[in-house]
Amino acid sequence: MEKSKLSEEKGAPVISISGLHKSFGELEVLKGVDFNLFKGENVAVLGKSGSGKSVLIKIIASLLKPDQGEVVVLGKHPDKLLGQELNALRLRIGFSFQSSALYDSMNVYENLSFPLTMNTKHLTRKEIDNSVAEALDAVGLGDKTAQLPADLSGGQRKRIGIARTLILKPEIMLYDEPTSGLDPVTSAEINQLINEVQQRYNTSSIIITHDLTCAKSTANRVAMLLDGKFTKSGKFEEVFKSDDAQIRGFFNYNFIQ
Amino acid sequence: MNSKTKTYVISKNIDQHLVGISNAYQFTARFFKEVFKPPFHFREIVHQSFEIGLKSLALITVTGFIIGIVFTKQSRPSLEDFGATSWLPSLIGIAIVRALGPLVTALICAGKVGSSIGAELSSMKVTEQIEAMEVSAINPFKYLVVTRVIATTLTIPVLSLYCICVGLFGSYINVHAEEATGIISFFKNAFTAISFLDLFSSLAKSIVFGFTIGVVGCYKGFNATQGTRGVGKAANQAVVLAMFLVFLEEIIIVQVSNWIRYF
Repeated sequence: MEKSKLSEEKGAPVISISGLHKSFGELEVLKGVDFNLFKGENVAVLGKSGSGKSVLIKIIASLLKPDQGEVVVLGKHPDKLLGQELNALRLRIGFSFQSSALYDSMNVYENLSFPLTMNTKHLTRKEIDNSVAEALDAVGLGDKTAQLPADLSGGQRKRIGIARTLILKPEIMLYDEPTSGLDPVTSAEINQLINEVQQRYNTSSIIITHDLTCAKSTANRVAMLLDGKFTKSGKFEEVFKSDDAQIRGFFNYNFIQ
Repeated sequence: MNSKTKTYVISKNIDQHLVGISNAYQFTARFFKEVFKPPFHFREIVHQSFEIGLKSLALITVTGFIIGIVFTKQSRPSLEDFGATSWLPSLIGIAIVRALGPLVTALICAGKVGSSIGAELSSMKVTEQIEAMEVSAINPFKYLVVTRVIATTLTIPVLSLYCICVGLFGSYINVHAEEATGIISFFKNAFTAISFLDLFSSLAKSIVFGFTIGVVGCYKGFNATQGTRGVGKAANQAVVLAMFLVFLEEIIIVQVSNWIRYF
């Protein structure tokens, strides 16, 4: 009922997942996940560590293959694509890693220009410089081009990681624990950046987190992933006021923390 | 541990080894599948070749020179017993070109380059840098593995040739000091004893060793697990396995070249 109402309001979903199952050996992580992400929407996926949140977005980005179920991203099935077709889809998806995953051996400029030069032919040096400058400007770190990742703070690394995905102008952003390991002030800056990215680049985003502040300040909608299934989805306040014992347990635990 | 548990542990270990061999075979097959497909990252190949060459050059210079001197010193007493010290250049030439040059270079590179590749790729794996390439539509196998394996396959034969030259020069220094042999005479005698087959098998060996060191380093790095602990493990395993395979290949190539020689 709720799903069909959203569909009417926001059109066809950019990501549509139904009956998704994923196991690692005998451990079943996702047990029949159904999920939609609509255009221009920021959805925070909340859940305990090990509940399969990161696995979910890795399946969307085709870093992992599902065991069962259907995944449709921007009208394509990433698990069925190969080679150029898969690359074309991946260029439309930005993935911000929990560890930032910046290339250690490259400075900030090279980290940003690398995906650009590898994926676009015949770009002039000036065009690459402009794209790098624009992406760095979007994350507020225009003066860090010559620095190596090791010389940056945790928050700066996260920002550069986001800038590296923005340089390819993605339509969908997948954030894996964007505020983990950061102090509250830096976390707030990252939350603000996620909102700015959505407005500036008109992206649709999935934010994987167990940080309630992050979920509340960035998401239009929150989805609770517990025991391998989405148990509740809606506005933050709606989910927060849920009577479900597991959801209450998750929120109470986070507040105590 | 009862006998049933022991059997289970042994069979599990055998299974793991067989799976490992199968994975390594698939990894190598993937290299051959990808190597002829564009894009060709020439700049990265040149960069890696330069890194490998530069990293190993000083050590190979010192080791090659010392081996030349020591091998000459050790061989002299045996030849002196027969009054045949004039055969020293030929003996040293054959030994260094056929065996010592390629083998010593390969062992040094297995330690220095193999471990470095294993550690670098495994570190990239555990910090999600390889996945970051994948999501940016960059083929990490092509960019990281193919370039490094080509670089080791091309660079190690060149380093091997350099090691042979330095080793012969070291030997010449010792022969010149002891027997006052001239440089032209020394190298003329040394090269007279070396056949085309010797040079060819030496080059073939170096190419095989280079390929092995590259593939093993990349395979161990690319398949690293267990977080930061896996980085050390991958680097260590890359060295041990590469050295073992180098010795194994040495035996096989020597045997094959001997068959060709006597056929």
